[in-house]
Formats: sequence, structure tokens, C-alpha cells
Amino acid sequence: MTALDTAVDMTTALGTAPLGSPVLTASGCSAFGQELEPFVDLAGLGAVVTKSVQLRPRSGRPTPRMAETPSGMLNSIGLQGPGIEGLLAGELPWLAQRGVPAFVSIAGTRVEDFAELAARLRGVPGVLGLEVNISCPNVESRGEVFACDPVAASEVVSAVRAAADPAQPVYAKLSPDVTDIVSVARAVSEAGADGLSMINTLLGLVIDPDTMKPVLGGVTGGLSGPAVRPVAVRCVWQVHAALPEVPILGMGGIRTGLDALQFVLAGASAVSVGTAVFHDPSATARVHRELAEALAARGFSSLREAVGYAHR
Amino acid sequence: MTSYLTEPAAPAAQPPVQREVAVLAARPVGAYVELTLAAPEIADRAQPGQFVAFAVGGPMTAHLLRRSIAIAGVDAGPGAGTVTVVVAPHGPGSTWLAQRRVGDAVDVVGPLGRPFPLPDPGVPALLVGGGYGAAALVGLASLLRARGSRVLAVTGAADAARLCSVAELGEVADVVAVTTDDGSAGRPGRVTVAVAELIGEAGIAYACGPMPMLRAVADAATAAGVPSYVAVEESMACGIGVCMTCVLPVVGEDGLTRFSRSCTEGPVFGGDRVRFADVGALPWDVVGADAMGVVAP
Repeated sequence: MTALDTAVDMTTALGTAPLGSPVLTASGCSAFGQELEPFVDLAGLGAVVTKSVQLRPRSGRPTPRMAETPSGMLNSIGLQGPGIEGLLAGELPWLAQRGVPAFVSIAGTRVEDFAELAARLRGVPGVLGLEVNISCPNVESRGEVFACDPVAASEVVSAVRAAADPAQPVYAKLSPDVTDIVSVARAVSEAGADGLSMINTLLGLVIDPDTMKPVLGGVTGGLSGPAVRPVAVRCVWQVHAALPEVPILGMGGIRTGLDALQFVLAGASAVSVGTAVFHDPSATARVHRELAEALAARGFSSLREAVGYAHR
Repeated sequence: MTSYLTEPAAPAAQPPVQREVAVLAARPVGAYVELTLAAPEIADRAQPGQFVAFAVGGPMTAHLLRRSIAIAGVDAGPGAGTVTVVVAPHGPGSTWLAQRRVGDAVDVVGPLGRPFPLPDPGVPALLVGGGYGAAALVGLASLLRARGSRVLAVTGAADAARLCSVAELGEVADVVAVTTDDGSAGRPGRVTVAVAELIGEAGIAYACGPMPMLRAVADAATAAGVPSYVAVEESMACGIGVCMTCVLPVVGEDGLTRFSRSCTEGPVFGGDRVRFADVGALPWDVVGADAMGVVAP
């Protein structure tokens, strides 16, 4: 740490939940945090955003599950995970014992699934809040995710907010695969979302020129990585411009502190580092350091001063 | 419940590290390039069967996914601290790696994955390597030999240029059988011919190479009542257990099949526990398949 970066106040919040760092893992990109322990000080992260959990254990989709694409990748995991029982018995206590805040991503196929998950997570030690994954493209209905329909998205968010611990902020994770992301953002905010996570992956497809068939077992997959970053920054910008009071957790292709800075300037008060972790398992800690240096170099004394600065 | 000849491989004793390391030597070997890296912390920790994961293309690369490659050799002696890998250039990432020269720096994470479980001292072992997969068996051969095992090695490839580590295995193994599909070196044909002849002399079998070969070796060993361990080469994005892309249907200790990560739960699996016929499918009896809408017929 240099004197330069310690000078910047990097504290922020997800809704009412304070964060020591604005840099978090991204759902689906760091499992439940345990595997990163050799590489980063997990307790120094803003939070570990867990892989999306559902009510029951899920196998996920058959392989092949990924394809490398220019500055990105396509994945079709299908939300493989232990289910809420497994999470409550294993992963969440592991994080809590180490003082690592958990932002738990929840997913389901019915509104009631989301509400039940939120209820099961009430008062669980170490659970800072909930990210409601209404936008995973790797679900049975594919393009027809909740987040593509303001009404369906609002129903989920409203049910989760009603069932969740009042002390746990509820963030809705939005899809960029919509005509007007601001209308979805407004709808879920009015339905009770304490904040917005933007963006989930974009639905994509890669065909193998040798087999002349889709590469992924699931045919389509979610595109992530630096290739999607301008789309993500645009979404954050548009939503912050329309709803400046709604906190945003920004993600989508963040690889460096300067990438994170773009999200902050566009209006994000915290960021998740996702696919970059596959490339560099210590990326979260590095992005925090680089962001602090970048803020200091631009004369900011706190992260909060920089949030939305590009609009001013 | 079916009984199994193998126990699942245990996790490694020590966690991995991430380091930027220098290339000490780059040597063409047939169709491959052998890279020796100055990586003392990885060398100290590595056990046979483990692998390392490379970032490729430099800091601003458009190829974000790590390239996972088996550790072919380790020199952990004082003043040494080197790790050797054999790179098979086939895509842009592995080609970039194969083009590294002495003095270049590479970002590497390792050692990763579970090492090969070892038999009781003195148990004779059959080691089968396909293509550059043979490199992953050299350290194991030395270790088994040091523990008093008779080591029978079989190495095969499509052609002579794709054979690997024949000399290295020859230095430590009691027997080295070589096969090539085109007959350009050793006996013409697949490794299975040699495996069939040698499996009766072995108390345990190990294999590393392409999936069809692993399946053939595991089947031959299981049929002969010999426990086998295979090191798989699944496509991995991260190598450290967070991306969930490298899963295979593997039968656990409790007899249930799960989609298991080849990186953290492998790459070494009991040969009789990998459901080779179901790779790339979602059988109904995989834990959590019901939640995907796949039900018992």
C-alpha cells in the first residue's frame, strides 16, 4: 500500500449495509469464495457475492460449458449448486467464521422460490444482503428471464423484499438483453429493490467451424468479460441518469482499477469483478488497489465523491 | 450398491500460489515444446498428478482463460526450484505459450488439483501415457520406483513426433512399451494392446491422456480387478475451482454421481468412478439433475 491510496476513503455501502471496500466478487465467477483464499484476503473484499443458490441442489448443464471469445467467454453452466440447505450448512458458515461478508445471489423459476429463499436467509450470520438473479440466461426458459419483463421482475422483487430480513438490502440483477433497461430498473425499484446489480451476461452463441454445430452443450450461453464492458457502463449510465437515488452495484468486464473507475463515474457505488478472476485469481484485491490509486491521482478523497461524477 | 476398486483422490497437502516466473529453458521435443520455469514455491509444493495454469498473451491479452497443463517434472533441490511442462501448441493460447523463450516472464498458478494416490510400497504399477499426457507420469514413475514399486510404462501417440517423455520414463521404469497409431515408432497400434499384456503384472494402474484412452485403460484395469487412477484433461477456464466449466460425471464415496470439477476434485479420479460413457450428457441420476427437469425413466 502506498501513502497515495491509503489517503482515499474507499468505504461504501450496499443500501444500508456498509462495505469496507467497493470491490466485490461477481456471482457465478468465484463460486462461494473458498477457492480464492490462497490468492486474496477475502475479509478485505467488500463482500463475496455467491454463485446463485436455488432451493434444491442443481447439477447444472452437461459439458461443454464454455467457449473462449474475443476478450470474453461464453458460459452455459446452468446454475450448478448445492441448494439452500447445502449453502446454509457449509459455505455460509465457512465465510462467517472468517469474517467475510456474503452477498447471497438467489435464483428460482417461480416467484415463490425466490421468496422462500429470502425467508430462509433471514438473520443468517454473515449475510449482508441478497442479489436477486432474475436475469440468468442459462435457465430453462432461456431468453424469457424475469428481468426482460418489468411486471414479472417486479413480482419477484416485491415478494423477495416482503420475505427478506429487513436488515438485508435486496438488489435486483438486471439483464442488458432488453430494449429499455431504465423501465425495468424503475419497475423493480418501485417494487422495493434497495439497489440494482448491472449487468448479467448477454445471451450469445458460438459455432464450431469444424463440427459445424454450436460449441456449448446448452447451445446458447452468457457472454461475459471485457467484451461486454461498454454495454455494462452504458446500462449503469442510463439508469443512474434516470434514477440517481438508486444505488448500483456495477459489473461487466471489469479487469483493472481504471475499468472499475468507469463504472463508478457512471454511477456505481460498488463493483463486482467477475470473469477477470478466471484470468487472475487475485484480481479483486488488485482492482481495489488500482481503483484507490486512480481516485487519488484524480484528486478524490473518497470513493463516494466519484460516484456518478461523469454526469456532473 | 456397486463396489469400487478406488477411493477418491485426496486433496493436495498445500495450497497453490500465483507467481510471475521466468522461463529458464525452452526446448522443442517432437511436436511439443518443453518449458522449464524458475518457480521454487511451486516446485516445493508440487506432487505427481498436479498441474499449473498459465495466463497467456500478456497483460492486455484478449484470451482471458487460463491454460492448464500437467506438471512434467520438478527439481526442488537446493538452488534449483524448477518446474517443467510440456506444451502442445494447438490453439492461440498454447501456441503463445510454446513461443516463450528463455528470460520471458509468465504468470502461473499452481500446483493445482489432487495428486495421484500412491499404493502400498512395493506394489507393481502400470503407467499409461497418451501423447503429451505421458509427461504427467514421469514424476509419478520416479516416486513409485523410490518406494520400491516395479514400474511398467506404456506410452503411445498418433505418430513418433507426438510421443512424449519416452527417454525420461526409460530412465526410471523397468519396462517401457511404445506404440504409435501409424507405426512410425514402437509397435503399430494403440496403447491398449500393450496394456492388455501388462495389466496382469500390475497391482495398480495410472493413466494420463485423451479421454478415449483413459476410458480404455480404466476399463481394462477394472476388468482385471486392478484399481486405476486417471488424470483427465478437461477444458478449464480458471483451473482453481471457481468457473464450474470442467465438470465430469464422477461417482463419489457415497455411491452418488455428481458433476465434479476436474480442477479441484480432479484431475486425478478413480478410473472406475468416472462415467466415461456419460461425459457430455446429463444422466438422470446425477445429483441435482431432477432440478434441471431430468427425471428417472
